[in-house]
Amino acid sequence: MLAHSLFFYFFSTVAVFASIMVTVSRNTVYSVFFLILVFISISILFIMIGAEFLGMIMLIVYVGAVAILFLFVVMMLNITEQITKRPIRKGFINNISVGSIVGVIIFLELLVAVGGWKYKGTFVSLSDINLNLAISNTHALGNVLYTDYIHLFQISGMILLVAMIGAITLTFSKRENIKRQSYFNQIQREKDSAVSLVEVESGKGVKLDD
Amino acid sequence: MIEIGLGHYLTLAAIIFTIGIIGIFLNRKNVIIILMSIELILLAVNINLVSFSIYLQNLVGQVFVMFILTVAAAEAAVGLAIIVIYYKNKGSIDVEQISSLKG
Repeated sequence: MLAHSLFFYFFSTVAVFASIMVTVSRNTVYSVFFLILVFISISILFIMIGAEFLGMIMLIVYVGAVAILFLFVVMMLNITEQITKRPIRKGFINNISVGSIVGVIIFLELLVAVGGWKYKGTFVSLSDINLNLAISNTHALGNVLYTDYIHLFQISGMILLVAMIGAITLTFSKRENIKRQSYFNQIQREKDSAVSLVEVESGKGVKLDD
Repeated sequence: MIEIGLGHYLTLAAIIFTIGIIGIFLNRKNVIIILMSIELILLAVNINLVSFSIYLQNLVGQVFVMFILTVAAAEAAVGLAIIVIYYKNKGSIDVEQISSLKG
């Protein structure tokens, strides 16, 4: 019990600190690295609470794919140089006043929602959580995901496909001045347009490309 | 204090959610940090779902976390693609200058 609380406080402190650093860091590359730190600590919390499959999926998907995607885009666009060139904190005071007012209001609402939860008595406490050790979390999730939620699962696959196609078509650019192989033109080429019979008189050559 | 309950996880999620909201307000110069703040907000939602799922002994919450992960990944991919083509056209990703559609 003590170890659980120590781990929780340590990793949640790290996550909160790193998420603050994501928003206030001047260099975008540092922001991406702090985002990775947030994801790692939250996934450790997930693993600790018993949702180990989701923790691992968080590591793979977020740290391995999404954060690296962010990092690629940040490095490709060369933003850090561009931002340090200009006065970055213009209008910072206005934004932080409005932003902190909205943030504090939303945080208080969330706390009211957490504290005013009526059915608190029906929750099991931490010592009463019986993780079924005979069947792993991954197995249990698979039992639910591939039976009751199979249609939603396939729709989420379609969402990924559409996102992939959309990202490719958005960033695909047709470049001029480059010779490419055109399969349609090659296949549609007929004999008449390619070959011609020429009567060659003796003593004279054949003039091509007339 | 020692016993970590559901309230601790919900409070952590609330804090991260609020930081994400404030981050959207603070970084008006950089769309990429706004996207990262949206990822933080989705992460807070995920924490809520997982902790409710564990403390209610119901696996459906974790299934929905997987769907949220899918949508977050798709959103990040499309959003970053839009940022890339915007940067190609305009040469900056300043949010305050994205006003071409304003009449």
